[in-house]
Amino acid sequence: MTAEVARTPQSTVETPEWNHQHILDLDDFSVAEIETVLSLADRMREVLDRRIPRVPALRGYTVVNLFFEPSTRTRASFELAGKVLGADVLSVTASTSSVTKGESLIDTVRTLRAMRTDAIVMRHSMSGAPYLAAAHTEASIINAGDGSHAHPTQALLDLYTMRSRIGDLRGKRVVMVGDISHSRVARSDMWGLAAMGADVVVCGPPTLLPRGLRAGDRPAHAESAMPPVTVETDIDRALDGADVVMALRLQSERQDGGLLPSLHEYAQLYQVTQERLKRAKPNHLLMHPGPKNEGVEIAGTVAAGRNSIIEEQVTNGVAVRMALLYLLSGRTEAPGGVPGGEMRS
Amino acid sequence: MTTLAIHNGRVIDPALGRDGIADVVIVDGRIARVGPNEGDMVVEAERIDATGLIVTPGFVDLHTHLREPGQEHKETIASGTLAAARGGYTTVCAMPNTQPPLDSRAAVESVLREAEISAVVRVLPIGTITRGRAGKELSPAGELANAGVVALSDDGDAVADPSLMRHALEYSTRFGLPIAQHCEDPSLVAGGHMHEGWVATRLGLRGRPASAEETFVARDIALAELAGAHLHICHVSTAGSVALIAAARARGAHVTAEVTPHHLTLTHEEVAFGADYQSARYITNAKVNPPLREEADLEALAIALRDGVIDCIATDHAPHSVADKEIEFDLASPGLTMLETSFGLCMKLVHDGRVPLPTLIERLTIGPVRAWGLDRRPGLEGIGTLAPGALGDVALLDPNADWTVDPSTFASRGRNTPLGGRELRGRVVATIFGGRLVHETDRVVAL
Repeated sequence: MTAEVARTPQSTVETPEWNHQHILDLDDFSVAEIETVLSLADRMREVLDRRIPRVPALRGYTVVNLFFEPSTRTRASFELAGKVLGADVLSVTASTSSVTKGESLIDTVRTLRAMRTDAIVMRHSMSGAPYLAAAHTEASIINAGDGSHAHPTQALLDLYTMRSRIGDLRGKRVVMVGDISHSRVARSDMWGLAAMGADVVVCGPPTLLPRGLRAGDRPAHAESAMPPVTVETDIDRALDGADVVMALRLQSERQDGGLLPSLHEYAQLYQVTQERLKRAKPNHLLMHPGPKNEGVEIAGTVAAGRNSIIEEQVTNGVAVRMALLYLLSGRTEAPGGVPGGEMRS
Repeated sequence: MTTLAIHNGRVIDPALGRDGIADVVIVDGRIARVGPNEGDMVVEAERIDATGLIVTPGFVDLHTHLREPGQEHKETIASGTLAAARGGYTTVCAMPNTQPPLDSRAAVESVLREAEISAVVRVLPIGTITRGRAGKELSPAGELANAGVVALSDDGDAVADPSLMRHALEYSTRFGLPIAQHCEDPSLVAGGHMHEGWVATRLGLRGRPASAEETFVARDIALAELAGAHLHICHVSTAGSVALIAAARARGAHVTAEVTPHHLTLTHEEVAFGADYQSARYITNAKVNPPLREEADLEALAIALRDGVIDCIATDHAPHSVADKEIEFDLASPGLTMLETSFGLCMKLVHDGRVPLPTLIERLTIGPVRAWGLDRRPGLEGIGTLAPGALGDVALLDPNADWTVDPSTFASRGRNTPLGGRELRGRVVATIFGGRLVHETDRVVAL
């Protein structure tokens, strides 16, 4: 990592603030719990950067990647995270067509648990599916993306990456541009960023902005039931003074669904370009959860530009997922609070 | 001759404008006399002490899914009508989205035959608007009318094709049958599983916007006026629909409407938070079409019910099996089991001071009867009233009894309610159908 973070070392592994059997979304994470994950991820990043990145911290711990939707990066990231820590990792690709009934989902997780699986990393096309799984198994369920709902591990790696670069996020303007309606990354990022005190701006065409984001769209008693965000349809206004700019993937189906006239028009109005980024702070961070459509939501020059930390997000993703697996395992026996510290190579 | 005398209850009979302490005497299954001390005048009778209770005509539900034939694992005519009796209902209109759907004389007669054998209360069948509920061609309304249906409905789905809807309305006038439409534009609700609003956004679920209902309410009112037909709007759920219905009725259009206990009292927040407002979940037992809406809609619906813009309460009792609900939210079947909680839930409006008790009773008894003209049918004269000669259908109610909803004790096979564990104030103490007790609790005291 290039930048060091000035962070108080109070949240150590010895006394972690941690109260989760499952990781379903960030809406039920306290600030202290987020801090626990981020500081442990620092140690994990150090393990990951070793010449031989292997420690036995999770030896005998079994992780199953249960993916009902195709994924390359998230799946690989979890697989590597488990392997670095010495866990047994198995990937199961379940076709969604074979799971048309919920008993099958419940059956599947129960079956995996019966084989003594400790954690199930789950990706599903339907919002809320991991909640159903979590209600029917003793295994830890990690939501690796459910429908348009949540992608908490992505949000945590985004927070970690931002923090590692700019430290305290309080008052930082973080702008997410793109298909907010269908973005599970945006939803989870909103919770995480709001918890850390960032000023969150979401920007997209009116057809891709969900209802109820603006505080006025909710009754008073529900004000805090959604993270506070500013909603913009004009990208230039959104980017004004941004500390962090995150472009979100635009799927071509949105054009077929009648939500957009064309990808061409979308690119003209909402593509994150070098020119538009002049409105952001000069040292802004440029992020993307991947996979990118260069030339649609983001210009190729921007993705590869000097402000881009997209690849760093990917590396940090492994560290953050190592931290999460370790926390879920409930193991604390490693000396010095560094998991597998005795194996320092 | 068998005589049943119900002593000393507060008799509320909105059709006759009666509200006061009186006895109700039922002889051979029909109301004989109602008045102070009338019970003392009969010599040999079974007697019930109704002191401290409300005595009303038996409730009438225009919208019940009994599931039989075809989905007996969800409900049967026997279990559904027993649930009705527990809820104070003595007449239920059975929706035709069975398997097969009630789109022929044979299918309707099979339901009537089964009801004859196993029903605890009266079952009035509804026929489909379109053959097989497929929305393509008209069902044989004449044949269905002869078989005894009281209305036509494709409920569960709207008749989407505007031309077909127009023709259904026109054709129905020949038989005087209301067309009961489930108003939701299929294109606007495609892929949607709850009300479109902030809760859907939080849960990442695609929404069913209020406008999907309102555009069809507006369209179908216009078509009904064109056809000079009777349009009945099922389960009105939005403030916008209420305004459209009020305007249509003010113009003199023959438009009637119902509202469910759940749309009157529960919001879309039930889907994510239930009663306790902890962290978000996906509560499939609160999934229903049209979806639970927002506070402002509930308010408009209560006012419309009070003022008579909405004629009646209908349960849309929609029992499902556990497997239908213990599933991904997108795949869960929509609907709530409602017959046994209807009165307790509706009483919330009375206890909150928004609807007077006699008005609520009106909307559960003579309101639905008049909406569909049920009392003009042979054999149903006086239904929804306690007039002398009327059917001996009576509900005994304790408006202030607190009870906790326990779905495991339901008579219905459906356990799909978001109300489990919740306390309701207002309880059906006994139900009398044709002069016979078909439901009684320990609160009933024989004299």
